[in-house]
Amino acid sequence: MEFFAQQFINGLTLGSIYGLIAIGYTMVFGIIGMVNFAHGDVFMVSAFIALIAFLILTTWLGLSSVALVFLIVLVVAMVLTALWGWAIERVAYRPLRGSFRLAPLISAIGVSIFLSNFVQVVQGARNKPVPPLVRDVVVLYQNEQYTVTLSYKQAIIMVTTAVLLAGFWYLVQKTPFGRAQRAVEQDRRMAALLGINVDRTISLTFVLGAALAAVAGTLYLLYYGVVSFSDGFVPGVKAFTAAVLGGIGSLPGAVIGGIIIGLIETFWSAYFSIEYKDVAAFLILIVVLIFKPSGILGRPEVEKV
Amino acid sequence: MSVAGINVLVEETRALQAPLLDVRGVSAYYGSIQALKGVDLHVNEGEIVALIGANGAGKSTLMMTIFGQPQARTGSITYAGRDITRMATHEIARLNIAQSPEGRRIFSRMSVRENLQMGAAVHGGRHFAEDLERMCTLFPRLKERLDQRGGTMSGGEQQMLAIARALMSRPRLLMLDEPSLGLAPLIVKQIFSAVRDLNQREGLTVFIVEQNAYHALKLAHRGYVMVTGAVTMSGTGRELLDDPQVKAAYLEGGQH
Repeated sequence: MEFFAQQFINGLTLGSIYGLIAIGYTMVFGIIGMVNFAHGDVFMVSAFIALIAFLILTTWLGLSSVALVFLIVLVVAMVLTALWGWAIERVAYRPLRGSFRLAPLISAIGVSIFLSNFVQVVQGARNKPVPPLVRDVVVLYQNEQYTVTLSYKQAIIMVTTAVLLAGFWYLVQKTPFGRAQRAVEQDRRMAALLGINVDRTISLTFVLGAALAAVAGTLYLLYYGVVSFSDGFVPGVKAFTAAVLGGIGSLPGAVIGGIIIGLIETFWSAYFSIEYKDVAAFLILIVVLIFKPSGILGRPEVEKV
Repeated sequence: MSVAGINVLVEETRALQAPLLDVRGVSAYYGSIQALKGVDLHVNEGEIVALIGANGAGKSTLMMTIFGQPQARTGSITYAGRDITRMATHEIARLNIAQSPEGRRIFSRMSVRENLQMGAAVHGGRHFAEDLERMCTLFPRLKERLDQRGGTMSGGEQQMLAIARALMSRPRLLMLDEPSLGLAPLIVKQIFSAVRDLNQREGLTVFIVEQNAYHALKLAHRGYVMVTGAVTMSGTGRELLDDPQVKAAYLEGGQH
């Protein structure tokens, strides 16, 4: 039971990160019906931005307040990654809007390859470590054999995810931008007839998705302490899986899917074998797709006209 | 008076004389298929103008072409003295023209209130509470359903919502595409009388596209008949109603 509780905490932490990335996939799919294969690499780029910001703050500027460093790194990563997201949409996807369906998909794969190679060339191919920012743990439960702990890192990851998701939820559900975003998602032409600038709304969707990926990237760096140019792929694919599992197009679905994938992966590694954790995650995906192709919260495609 | 002053005056006089919406020689294509073949028509301020014609005559295409979707390939569209032929759709929508399009296009996964908020988006929802009140008076059915999802409403309610959504932007020109399609006669009556009211009490200019020619021509001051992408006939609503050709082609089968 103690072991289970510990693994649950670990899985939830990992799942938070997947969930944050998955939102970017699901939002972009929702609004332009395209799988943004470069999103995982945007996440990787954000982790590098966070890494650089972190090193500048700590070694050059000598900041020592952990909370302050973390906040600045987070904001810098979000802003700069959002800029990347905006630029990618502008350069690689917008010119292809209205062309055949596979064109932006191919373009996205191109962007993905570009980003990982770019980072490899600029930053080198080796793993980049950061000194641990926080080391403390809270002991939640203890008996003779086993101790259940929650590290500060894990707490920071869960709290940051929860706070940002709440803010994001508010943005999408309650603000005029969020309404416009949902309107464009449902009927682009009608939204334009009501004076909504569709291109701008799509741009902002990419910006938001990238900013959330940057939160994930920063948290990933904080959690694992290393990042490499190839780290966009596997987390990216897992987050995409999470989005599909939750029902692509659904925001709560993305978060739930992310948490489920995180939990499956962690439990599988803990109870069975760590080598096959990815297999387990994708196996679940296959099963879900067979029995509920629209995902957990996905809506069936039929709608009243 | 300064030269600039005179110019302004000249501009204003011209605007007063010119029709609110002026469509001249407009042709439009869907891919390689020509849907509009040099359409000429105009709508004066304060008028109700009906455009009737059979299915596939290009009526809805004209409505969308006025909004730049697709853009006219030749000819010009002028609204309130401005050439809007090459403008982006969302910019046209910000000029106080509103459209309740073919098929209503309600945002089905949004609540009725949110649909109306979308209608008010052009001016950032500044008069939202007041306008919401007006719409609820105009269409009392909407009031009971403000928090219901658009997609779950009946066809008549969706049509009322589509018109209300268009009115939320406080338009000078309201364009209605087939507001009677698929609706029970009683509901059609309600909707048409609401449109007449808006025109008489608030001076709203209305451009209405209809297959239901009898109702539309009774409502309208003037009308146009469209056949395969071109305007073939025009006149006052009465004239067209009495015209034997119109009678034969569009009013056959009684006054439904």
